[in-house]
Amino acid sequence: MSTDTKRRLFLKASLSAGAVGMAVGAGMLAPGVVLAAWNTEAFSAETIGDALKEGLGSDTSTDSAEVTMVVPDSPENGAVVPVEVTTTLPGVQSIALLVEKNPRPLCGSFHPGKRMKPWVSIRVKVSESSEIIAVVKAGDKLYSARQAVKVTIGGCA
Amino acid sequence: MASKTIKLKAKAGNGEVTVKTLIKHPMETGRRKDKDTGKVVPAHFIQEVTCTHKGEPVMTTEWGPTISKNPFLSFKFTGGAAGEEIELSWKDNTGDSDSATAKIS
Repeated sequence: MSTDTKRRLFLKASLSAGAVGMAVGAGMLAPGVVLAAWNTEAFSAETIGDALKEGLGSDTSTDSAEVTMVVPDSPENGAVVPVEVTTTLPGVQSIALLVEKNPRPLCGSFHPGKRMKPWVSIRVKVSESSEIIAVVKAGDKLYSARQAVKVTIGGCA
Repeated sequence: MASKTIKLKAKAGNGEVTVKTLIKHPMETGRRKDKDTGKVVPAHFIQEVTCTHKGEPVMTTEWGPTISKNPFLSFKFTGGAAGEEIELSWKDNTGDSDSATAKIS
């Protein structure tokens, strides 16, 4: 290897190290901003009611045929359970996904922009056979769909 | 912009754009124990994912640690056309973040 190539390699390595350093530096500044936005209370809630109250502002939801959820009945591996939620309700403010028997039921909540269609597809962890609940907030009211799933291998949620 | 953690695809059709993304992330819950050391693996999970199109956020989502490892996410939005760009970014609980852009096809 010629000196020139070595120097190039060295330059390349030090440049990428610099980029990593900068990324870490930027990360150090970010947590305050991130945590301010993230709903800690809702995600650490241990019951469905508390999670809904903290996350969507009310702990009562009505089961509605206008909310549809597609989940396999027995997904076997609880670590990766595909869930698809869609609704025909107008004015969707948010969509939340909960797994009843997980230690912390709330998996995620979506806040659609004006142009997003009320349809999401995602994969969640299910710790033991449980009911999965999709809750849609529209017109300040909560509508839900639920389905029981059977898992043979728990998802360590 | 190439991203090491985000795979992003967007396809236009039927008057809507379908976005599909796969993010490489451990999504540790903070409850799992390391088999060798017996120590609890600290929580490490994505908390927020945002997608913007033409400077307008089309989708924002907050996640807990019970979203599966290496998360997959798909959603649809209207008002996008082939050739336009979308940007997707995530932030996790340790302050790490990444973003990627993709052209709508």
